[in-house]
Amino acid sequence: MSVLAYLIPISLILGSVGLAAFFYTLRSSQYDDPEGDSRRILSDEWDDKPKP
Amino acid sequence: MTARLRPSLAACPACAAAPQDGGEQAPAEARLALSLPGIHCQACISAVERALNAHPGIRSARVNLTLKRALIEAEPDLRAADLIPVLESIGYEAHELDLAALAATRNDKAGRDLLMRLAVAGFASMNVMLLSVSVWSGAPDATRDMFHWISAAIAFPAVIFAAQPFFRNAWSALRVGRLNMDVPIVLALVLALATSLWETSLSGEHAYFDAALTLTFFLLAGRYLDYRTRAVARSAAEELAALEVPRAIRLLNGNEHEVPVADLAVGDLILVRPGGRMPVDGEIAEGQSELDRSLLTGETLPVFAAPGLAVSAGEVNLTGPLTIRATAVGEDASLHRMADLVAIAESGRSRYTSLADSAAKLYAPGVHILSALAFAGWYLWTFDIRMALNIAAAVLIITCPCALGLAVPAVTTAASGRLFRRGMLIKHATALERLAEVDTVVFDKTGTLTAGTPQATNLGDHARADLEIALALAEGSSHPLSVALAGAARDAGVSAAKVQKIAEVPGYGTEGLFRGRPVRLGRAAWAGAEQGSQTAAWLDSGAGEAKAFLFTDALRPGAAEAVQALQDAGKDVLLISGDATGAVEDLAGRLGISNWVAEALPADKCARMQMLTEQGRNVLMVGDGLNDTAALAAAHVSISPASALDAARVASDIVLLGQDLSPIAEACSLAQKATRRIRQNFRIATLYNVIAVPLAIAGLATPLIAALAMSTSSITVSLNALRLR
Repeated sequence: MSVLAYLIPISLILGSVGLAAFFYTLRSSQYDDPEGDSRRILSDEWDDKPKP
Repeated sequence: MTARLRPSLAACPACAAAPQDGGEQAPAEARLALSLPGIHCQACISAVERALNAHPGIRSARVNLTLKRALIEAEPDLRAADLIPVLESIGYEAHELDLAALAATRNDKAGRDLLMRLAVAGFASMNVMLLSVSVWSGAPDATRDMFHWISAAIAFPAVIFAAQPFFRNAWSALRVGRLNMDVPIVLALVLALATSLWETSLSGEHAYFDAALTLTFFLLAGRYLDYRTRAVARSAAEELAALEVPRAIRLLNGNEHEVPVADLAVGDLILVRPGGRMPVDGEIAEGQSELDRSLLTGETLPVFAAPGLAVSAGEVNLTGPLTIRATAVGEDASLHRMADLVAIAESGRSRYTSLADSAAKLYAPGVHILSALAFAGWYLWTFDIRMALNIAAAVLIITCPCALGLAVPAVTTAASGRLFRRGMLIKHATALERLAEVDTVVFDKTGTLTAGTPQATNLGDHARADLEIALALAEGSSHPLSVALAGAARDAGVSAAKVQKIAEVPGYGTEGLFRGRPVRLGRAAWAGAEQGSQTAAWLDSGAGEAKAFLFTDALRPGAAEAVQALQDAGKDVLLISGDATGAVEDLAGRLGISNWVAEALPADKCARMQMLTEQGRNVLMVGDGLNDTAALAAAHVSISPASALDAARVASDIVLLGQDLSPIAEACSLAQKATRRIRQNFRIATLYNVIAVPLAIAGLATPLIAALAMSTSSITVSLNALRLR
């Protein structure tokens, strides 16, 4: 049963990491233009760094 | 909605009168927004962004494909008018958007908030469910207790954070002594958490932490769907409003200045060019022209305008430049006074209770009574307060309206998504339900059934020579009647006569010299004739009597089909217009509408709407003008085309984005289907309660059964809603 002492915290931590990542994407308005983002993958003009 | 028509109601008059120079003191950079209706692919995004970024003065430009918009940060002196030709030269239609009008939707804070709570509820419920599955599959004593404690540690903060919208709604309902759907939800959540914690501390077998969390998750999903549908409609409606950038040309010491309409004051001299709209109420100080009043009164015949005539905001100047002196601006202008009529009429509509609300009214007390009875019964039977409380909590959780909370939003999301693709925008939450009840349809004429562009009807009555002269004169003017006449004549194969010295006389028509004789095309009195009741341009060819070219309004595409389909569906169709009797009778005959009223004033329209309502009819009003605004608000449900005045669009429940009217009939039948599906969903939810509630009261509802029942009912309801697509 001692394996549970590792597994439960690990699953919780991994879950919270995912949740935190979701919050980050939500706050940095990455869901503002889902349609445009899916097309921009095809572009050669990468803009994955913010404009100065 | 009246708040939007009168934005500065709360501000003191002195503040409103003070110049708003906050933004004008040399801003570091200008933010511009362009609407790009034509973009649809990756190549479009790159082309537009490359063209904009290459333009001098632009710091950055980014296209948003979802909203079909470009947001631009540029040097302060750059104007949107400079950029539109740039985009048009590479083949994209562009329109300026008023950023101030868009500001309300730019930060979608409420949507983000709901999504965040949804994510927390989802994360917590998945983890707790994982632990619960181990408990259900038979984890022994100490392990079970540990799992329950971990579940409690996750569930408490998660529910407290995620279920805040329900807590807030329930509290605001309870404070005014009402019950809504959120009251049983909150009671169930609180009771489930409290009894589960108590059970856990006594190392009991059953804990409902997972039920509390999945309940929150499903209900938040319903709320978010509901919110999304309305946010899409709101942002599209606001974009329509933002397309009309309210600017006016103020004359100051003979110089023209372009200023925002909000800065105009009484007494200002304002220049209105041909084709422009009056920004404020005023009096003509200089110039002669004709005015198109169709949006305000419904009359299609242009009105002659000369110094001294009073004009109202919203009228369109047709032929010559006019200088007007403002007599009423902002809240006093006639456009804004109409808001009062709307506010009065709207108070009638707010009495409508949606299906969800009427279900909640029955449901909330029923559930509370049931669970109180279960508690009392079990307490009297066993004298065990822990047992009785557990069963009461189980009853509340099992009856809790997961399915009910999803039943309405899932269906309305599916239905309004489908209508949106057909070019209709549902603005009001209960518009679909009200549309399903419609049995009478009232149409306005000008701008609604007709496109507002004239069509020449009697070219065949005229001699060839006259047609040639008329074409030559018509080509010299951009008056809508001239344009229509020239187009029709050219289509008939007429070529223009050699008329010399063609000159336009603003407000009257065009004149010229043909073989030494003066010839004129224009207003009746000017060409030497009597004014008739029909829209007409008169030709004085210098030989004998003046001849009339008659015009009728062209039908809007889909108008005939829409009227036919509505009549086939068994609805009464009426035509109420402010236009002259002849024109209305003609149109009613063409469309097969037997019931029509002409020369109706705005108050007449509103009164007739109330009369129909008193007769027990549910009226759908379709209209576009200022004269329809009050009637639109008074009707059971209302539709206005996107070309309508802002005030009319604000007053209506549904906006028609395209030119085509035919989706109206389809919308009615889809609304009926959607309402049927909502009722069906309610029946599914009830059926599941009929099975599950006796189990809960009998004390047989384990957390496993609760979880199974809750998920099955929610999923069934959602799938049923999807069938609507």
